[in-house]
Amino acid sequence: MSTLTDAAPTRSRALSTTTPNPRPFRLVRHSLALAKRSLIKTWRTPEALIDVTLQPVLFLIIFVYVFGGAVAGSTHDYLQFLLPGILAQTIATGAIAIGVNLNTDIAKGIFDRFRSLPIPRSAPLVGAVLGDVVRYVIVTVSTLAIGYVMGFRIETDLFRAIAGCLLAVLFALCLSWLPVLVSMKVRTAGAVQGVMFALIMPLSFASNVFVGADTLPGWMQAFVDVNPMTHLVASVRGLFLGTPLGNHVWWTLAWCAGFVAVFMPLALRAYRKKI
Amino acid sequence: MTADLAIEAEGLVKNFGKTRALQGVDLAVPRGTVLGVLGPNGAGKTTAVRILSTLLTPDGGSARIGGFDVVRDAERVRQSIGLTGQYASVDEDLTGRQNLELFGTLLELGRAGARRRAAELLDWFDLTDAANRQAKTYSGGMRRRLDLAASLVGSPDVIFLDEPTTGLDPAKREDMWNVVRSLVGDGSTVLLTTQYLEEADALADEITVIDHGRVIAHDTPDGLKRVVGGQTLEVRPSDPAHLARTAAILTQVSSGAQADEIRRGVLAVPVSDDAALTESVARFAAAGIAVTELSLHLPSLDEVFFTLTGRTASADDTTRPSEVAA
Repeated sequence: MSTLTDAAPTRSRALSTTTPNPRPFRLVRHSLALAKRSLIKTWRTPEALIDVTLQPVLFLIIFVYVFGGAVAGSTHDYLQFLLPGILAQTIATGAIAIGVNLNTDIAKGIFDRFRSLPIPRSAPLVGAVLGDVVRYVIVTVSTLAIGYVMGFRIETDLFRAIAGCLLAVLFALCLSWLPVLVSMKVRTAGAVQGVMFALIMPLSFASNVFVGADTLPGWMQAFVDVNPMTHLVASVRGLFLGTPLGNHVWWTLAWCAGFVAVFMPLALRAYRKKI
Repeated sequence: MTADLAIEAEGLVKNFGKTRALQGVDLAVPRGTVLGVLGPNGAGKTTAVRILSTLLTPDGGSARIGGFDVVRDAERVRQSIGLTGQYASVDEDLTGRQNLELFGTLLELGRAGARRRAAELLDWFDLTDAANRQAKTYSGGMRRRLDLAASLVGSPDVIFLDEPTTGLDPAKREDMWNVVRSLVGDGSTVLLTTQYLEEADALADEITVIDHGRVIAHDTPDGLKRVVGGQTLEVRPSDPAHLARTAAILTQVSSGAQADEIRRGVLAVPVSDDAALTESVARFAAAGIAVTELSLHLPSLDEVFFTLTGRTASADDTTRPSEVAA
């Protein structure tokens, strides 16, 4: 520790940050720097990806082999039907993790450091949201991979298949502002998880994820028809399997825009208030 | 506004619900000096630092860092400050180097600049060997150093150290002090909160004592000690039979004060300066008295508080709501 008694390193005034004119696009650049931080964290703790890798595998295996025969007459037919639904469900539950992580992060005090830096206040939140895109890509890849092993086949073309994947990732990216908002409002990471499951579960089960909407009782169909998850699943199904797309893609995009328009400002406001 | 003040605050007020954390605090720190802010837990030290570092807005009063208002010009203030919290606020999943490079990027040093500054600081804080390990594998002392390094990435003019050595062992504390000294030698202004009078005495040019959200004393360390009554010399002679002769010598070095047996076999006497220690050593040697313990004690924070407020600082802890730290 003798080095600590040495003189401080040159204060390098040339490097000093007190430049009067900050460079443009600060929010974008700072958010990306902070997204990189999220990526490193994900990379360093691969066990945190269990929810998004194991869940689609388990759900596909259980639902296809347990219910496939009864629901669709054959497990292969049901796998074709179910996979887009499982992708949508897993990617939506995968968005919960950001709320849980943020809640723990803020409790640790690193956000105090961020707020003492001359960066836009929202950059740490935007960065965390962007950094989670990698999780959604992993969900998509792992769901499709296990699906292929089980016999799932894309029935359209590569272009539409990729469009379906991107739509699912976009959906999760926009939806994630809801768990971000929740994480600002509740005290513990466990509570974030609880609240978000209570919100996501009805969305994913009262939908067309597991069975066709036309088999549901009328009162529930009314909910299913407006459920954002229904539109996402129908869009992904159409893009993967060539089933009629209708207006589902537009509805999905509208919901995405709605999520961002409503939850992002609320989350940013709650964030400023919280700390 | 005085031009040569790096930190100035007038009448800062902050309430958390019914807790009146600050009830009108004034602070003034000349450029290039160290202010020690001393007070028990819950006195409002952390709240004051959080306001000065733009993390909280005051309910009343105003504060300026380098002439910039912490509320209206928060952005400018953030460009010139470094903050080291009571709890190490680095990312534990990132390596030491990644942490410092991240802050360098956020401070607009550019990719190469951030890398260079990180290497420089890692070297200075003796963390180069651990640079590529995750911060969560660091020892308490290493983490503190990384945290301090993180607050220095932007070469800030004003540095806030909120209880930087709480929980560190004495050797590590000494290292921290050396760091603070060289920062000040380099022209930085430091505001340091601490619960240790010893620490404030070692580092601070001036000390502000806060209690119940109010400034109850502001003075130089020497001035404060004069108020409180100087230091205490404690001696334990090896042979208890020498107690009486030891007491006589202590009375001589303390220019006439009566030595008391404060614990079994330990004598204590109030002394006015450090020279009493060396003088007593010489006299014990001359008299052939062997001693097993010989120490010079500053008045403890408890004693400072007792003198200033008539209450003990530690008893205060139980009656105050804890300081809002989150």
